[in-house]
Amino acid sequence: MIGFLIRRFAQALVVLFFVTVITLALVHIFPGGPIRALLGPRGTGQQLAYYNRLYGFDQPFYIQYLKWINQLIHGNLGFSPKLNQSVSSLIAQDLPKTIVLVALGTIVSLLFGIPLGMYQAVKRYTVGDYVLTGLSFLGYATPTFFVGLLLVEWFAVDVHIFPPFAPQGSSVGTILSQPRALVLPVLAYSFVLYALWSRYMRSSVMDNLVQDYVRTARAKGASERRVLWGHIFRNSLISIVTLLGLSLPTLVAGAIFIEVVFNYPGMGLAFYQAATNVDYQVLLGFTVLATVATILGNLLADISYAMLDPRVRYS
Amino acid sequence: MAMITPPPQGSLPADVGAPPDLVAPDGAGALSAVQAEELGLAPAAQSRGMLRRGWEVFAENKLALVGLGIVVFMVLFCFLGPVFYHTDQIHTNLNTVLCSPSASHLLGCDNVGYDQLGRLMVGGQTSLEVGVAAAVVAVLFGTIYGAVSGFVGGVVDSFLMRVVDAGLSIPYITLIIILSVAFHPTKFIMIFIIAVFYWLGVARLIRGETLTLRTREYVQAVKVIGGRGRRAVIRHILPNAIGTIIVQATFAVADSILTLSALGFLGLGVQAPNTDWGSMLSGGLNYLQSSQSYWWLIYPAGIAIIITCIAFNFIGDALRDAFETRLQRR
Repeated sequence: MIGFLIRRFAQALVVLFFVTVITLALVHIFPGGPIRALLGPRGTGQQLAYYNRLYGFDQPFYIQYLKWINQLIHGNLGFSPKLNQSVSSLIAQDLPKTIVLVALGTIVSLLFGIPLGMYQAVKRYTVGDYVLTGLSFLGYATPTFFVGLLLVEWFAVDVHIFPPFAPQGSSVGTILSQPRALVLPVLAYSFVLYALWSRYMRSSVMDNLVQDYVRTARAKGASERRVLWGHIFRNSLISIVTLLGLSLPTLVAGAIFIEVVFNYPGMGLAFYQAATNVDYQVLLGFTVLATVATILGNLLADISYAMLDPRVRYS
Repeated sequence: MAMITPPPQGSLPADVGAPPDLVAPDGAGALSAVQAEELGLAPAAQSRGMLRRGWEVFAENKLALVGLGIVVFMVLFCFLGPVFYHTDQIHTNLNTVLCSPSASHLLGCDNVGYDQLGRLMVGGQTSLEVGVAAAVVAVLFGTIYGAVSGFVGGVVDSFLMRVVDAGLSIPYITLIIILSVAFHPTKFIMIFIIAVFYWLGVARLIRGETLTLRTREYVQAVKVIGGRGRRAVIRHILPNAIGTIIVQATFAVADSILTLSALGFLGLGVQAPNTDWGSMLSGGLNYLQSSQSYWWLIYPAGIAIIITCIAFNFIGDALRDAFETRLQRR
């Protein structure tokens, strides 16, 4: 186990190296370079040269890379000239709000996805199963932003039950103090995730239903409820935990679209605005942060998989 | 380098188009090996019979036929539709801004006066073309990359796979948004931007497939006879992985259409007067808040996206069954 952990950490570090190289290279894909993108077409050659030297873009790529990594290690994610704010302070301000959205959406989707997925597996090939399968197919095929649009149309425009905009405010406290405004964004966010969990739970439970330990439990006279909740449920959760760790890119993508649709003042919206303003420092900082989170998520998924499932032995 | 057991491929988040239902978590590799052996043992003369058996399994699946029907309809609608239903999709028309559906404009007009039904056809052309092309590019590249990685093995394999790991660790949507902002993409560039994220998952999948196929006797035999690696990959490994490749490509089309629509919604898709289904929706949000409901700005394009993606998912599911030799009656 220790050996596995060490190897897995080393692997994550290698991936981290590749990722940071790719991310920094992304800055240079802007036609004419990042400074040209920042200054716009009217920037003079003199200004270009000045800022290129100021930000160190005139140096070889590996020097830029080393400098940047050194900055990152010291917690400096750069400075946004467009917002006149450091990227770290922007993240400190917006990230907690996005975490609220992601956490609430994930919890809601799990609360529906896990029990309904189990129901589908137990009652497989019945009308209920087919209806829910149809629903999850719909979840796979519907863009997140369109779910948001529909919910606004139905519950905020046609019937004025909920406000069409997400809660506004600069702190998590003010966001949470407007629970009615949170309902639509969270629901829209959780729909696509629901499809993912329920589909996965269904196949996972179906796999477990035919395992030997289930037959043994039944043979020993365990009640169907005990077999289902005591044995199958717990074993099926293992794969859901793993899936959660691997789903960070999906969660990030969902957050960006929901925040744009509902004008939710989180990191996704800030990222989108930075993208349209070509605020490359913000883009870089956010991408690195999201990527590190993804690598950590994958790492945790692998480790928890190894810890939770004693059948998994890593050599 | 020993790879840790990855979780089932179908569960990869990049793979949202593929419900992981039919993928047996642990048996997936072994299963395809059995399939490969059977395919490999079948002489070339029988390949027609194999195709027919596959089609029988496919056609038995009513949903797959529905999916196929929808795709055929959508293609005809988008590419032949404009021949019968003439609209001006180049010049904006201030006289018809936001007009309601009527005899002359069956689905009304949008916020700059384009006829919505005609726009749906033109936008559909982009969505379908980019979706299919991006899927083909991504799957072709990913297949070659994965097959080479798996076949060569060793240090090369470790290096190539760490690159894939790194690519999969960058949340794809941030990558795609940055690329779109940088390039103000045309239709053609869009294909590659979308393919950039999709080939990674394919590469990993095909590498796994190659690893199992590499140990088969008939691939080993190529080496013994003195055939080169390229021959083993092209003549033996890829044909036996073709099922996986085609199924992946089908799901990739659905995912690419979704990705394109998401970019279009953010206003980062193809540039006006060109459009796609997602770009058509980006204007819709502004008109939701007004007193009158402009339903034709949202529903047609949204429904077109959804049913097209569902159709491709149905087809992908059925193809997976069709390539599953166990299910073929013989």
